[in-house]
Amino acid sequence: MCSVELVTDAIEITGLRKSFGTTQALDGLDLTVTTGEVHGFLGPNGAGKSTTIRVLLGLLRHDGGTVRLLGGDPWSEATALHRRLAYVPGDVTLWPNLSGGEVIDLLGRLRGGIDPDRRDDLVERFKLDPTKRGRAYSKGNRQKVALVAGLAAHTELLLLDEPTSGLDPLMDEVFREAVQEVRDQGRTVLLSSHILSEVEALCDRVTIIREGRTVESGTLAEMRHLTRTSVDVTTARPVEDLDDLLGIHDLVVDADHRRARFEVDTVRIGDTLAHLGAFGITALTSTPPTLEELFLRHYGDAVDDRDEEPVA
Amino acid sequence: MRDSLTGTGTLVRLALRRTRFALLWWFLGITVLYPVQALALEATYPTQADLDRLAASVGGNPALLAMAGPDYALDTIGGQTAWQTSAFGAILAGLMSTFLVVRLTRAGEESGQDELLRADVTGRAATSAAALVVTTAMNVALVVAVALLLIACGLPGAGSWALALALGCAGLVFMGFALVFCQVSSTTRGAWGMSGAVIALAYLLRAVGDVGNGVLSWFSPIGWGQQMRAYADERWWPALLSLGVASALVVLARVLFERRDFGAGLRQARRGPAARTWRGGAYELAWRLQRPTVIGWLIGLAVGGLAYGSIGDDVGDLVGDGDLSGVLTGGETGGQALIDGFYASAILLLAIGAAAFGVASTLRVRAEEASGRLEPLLATALSRRSALGGHVLVAVAASTLGTALAGFATGLMNGWVSGDYGQVWALTGAGLSYAPAIWVMIGVTVALVGLVPRLASLAWLAIAYAAVVMFFGPLLDFPSWVEDVSPFSHPALVPLEDLSLPPLLWLTAVAAALAVAGFLGFRRRDVQG
Repeated sequence: MCSVELVTDAIEITGLRKSFGTTQALDGLDLTVTTGEVHGFLGPNGAGKSTTIRVLLGLLRHDGGTVRLLGGDPWSEATALHRRLAYVPGDVTLWPNLSGGEVIDLLGRLRGGIDPDRRDDLVERFKLDPTKRGRAYSKGNRQKVALVAGLAAHTELLLLDEPTSGLDPLMDEVFREAVQEVRDQGRTVLLSSHILSEVEALCDRVTIIREGRTVESGTLAEMRHLTRTSVDVTTARPVEDLDDLLGIHDLVVDADHRRARFEVDTVRIGDTLAHLGAFGITALTSTPPTLEELFLRHYGDAVDDRDEEPVA
Repeated sequence: MRDSLTGTGTLVRLALRRTRFALLWWFLGITVLYPVQALALEATYPTQADLDRLAASVGGNPALLAMAGPDYALDTIGGQTAWQTSAFGAILAGLMSTFLVVRLTRAGEESGQDELLRADVTGRAATSAAALVVTTAMNVALVVAVALLLIACGLPGAGSWALALALGCAGLVFMGFALVFCQVSSTTRGAWGMSGAVIALAYLLRAVGDVGNGVLSWFSPIGWGQQMRAYADERWWPALLSLGVASALVVLARVLFERRDFGAGLRQARRGPAARTWRGGAYELAWRLQRPTVIGWLIGLAVGGLAYGSIGDDVGDLVGDGDLSGVLTGGETGGQALIDGFYASAILLLAIGAAAFGVASTLRVRAEEASGRLEPLLATALSRRSALGGHVLVAVAASTLGTALAGFATGLMNGWVSGDYGQVWALTGAGLSYAPAIWVMIGVTVALVGLVPRLASLAWLAIAYAAVVMFFGPLLDFPSWVEDVSPFSHPALVPLEDLSLPPLLWLTAVAAALAVAGFLGFRRRDVQG
């Protein structure tokens, strides 16, 4: 059994569908999270990230597709699987009368035990006052309660749904360290987030979804490869025929034709540099696309598509 | 002052928009009660001779005095209508006013919606003022509608206005209480708890007063309305007493409002423990969350029992007046039967109170789900069965204890005033004999939570139904199936009748079946916000 689990992906979702009444929340979503990786889960508001996580948690029953979580069925084996995972929601509601410490212990206890040292360590690092009652916490502090409860668990999988909303930058840093520790221990993390720098810093692979469907999945390097690189080049002799090359976009050339700025499809960058080399490059900066650009490109497309589609 | 009311008009429109369906249902539910009662009485007792016989048989019956109120002009349709509707109507008006005030003030503060409004160009007190405007308007509308409907039924004008005014005045007094409690408590639940306790206390005070020498009735807002003596040589000044108290409460609320912070109650939040072992898991959580409510209801039920028990001697005096018969005693006319009938109906009423608590307690799990607090718990190894089971166990255990405690307290107090403690265990057993009926109500709630969660609060209709059957069944000769639908119609009326086991067994079976359906449904459905 153990050996089987070792080779299984932590999360395998194919063609997942879920509707609420007439709203199609998930429409054929695919997501694979390999054991031991930190996987970024990106998408605009309402894309279906939280719905996917709720299906994974067995809180929602899916309408179609297949979902495997830690080798099991998240709906019928929910209780057993939950011993092996921890979850941090993005919008934490606490009981007004329970203190933060009580909530952390409750969640730990219900999962089957909590490591008191790890708990105390995290409480200290996140500078959380565990004696305040639920209604007295600010949003960021409520978030810390859920984070401490989740991160203190010694589970093989962490499901984090926008876990840092409301945290200040210092606490963001503490969070990143904690996730890196989790990764170093060989545990798996699914991180849904809007903080792209956080995803870039922490994640091995990324899945981008839109309107309940997966639009892109892979390592950041792979995804960069599929997009464009910004280039700013100065040459000794005036450049010719640049606009005839394949894969060049948004070209701006100075009047003397010795400085050009453009974007190039990353797969074509070799050809482009070879062409430029003939004119004697004196200065060149090339900027790989940031995740933000990748992200905007995918969502920007969505907006464009929308504009072009006839009204049904 | 003017400044702090800026924007009230807009907020009144917003309040009407937000509560329009609730307003409609409250309005229909309360106004329909009065003419239906009048028409039903006319149909059941068509001649004056019928009315005379009715008056002779029910007048002075301690159980009915305690349940309904002081008896005036019982040989008229108007007098009977007033007798049977005034207490029930006042309670409904009180619940409606509480609902509106809590929903429109404290609930918004607790959830944070009010923060948006207060940051806008609205005065500090505008939210409360808007709630008062809407609630007052609603009570005035009830007065006008009820009075006109009663007059349309052919009842005298003066009495109709008096009965309708009694209803509206009670609504306004309880509105004042609710607004005060919304300042005192920082939670909706707390404000509801205190308001509910005051309504229950008002009902109890007048019950004790009406059976006894009448003094305590004057401490009850429900009593003030009944003292207007609709259809029996009306007195108008108690209405002024009600309006004065209502105004004083509003002023008090305003003073308290100025002394507290936004979102806070009067009490400063205390710190809690930094850790807890939670050995009992979800069951301990359910108990921890419900503990204050459980304690409050148990105290309430015990006080109710003590109040009814204290009437013991007065019941004996009333019975001495003789020539009473029939209703609520299974046709027996002896003095002891009347006393037993009084205690049987008191225990029944308290048992329905315990059932209301059982429903509220079971609905807690739905509130946890809707607020999103259940989700992180279900993301742990907690099973859905235990998540629901914890709250249901608290509901079953506490309401069962509550009904037994109510019976015990009744017997204890009765023993203390009469010197004869012989009834203590019989009355405790009488209370306990309603446990299966209470479990059916809890079963209905579990089934609703499991199968149709968004409609779960309809469980309150089951309680309202049982209360209507209890209040109006004895005099209105409902068809037997109407009474049979209420689980509370089946256990024997101990101590008037002997305990009968079969109904208790099949009620328990019904409760279990409903609960099983609810648990299965809860396991199969999506968790819904």
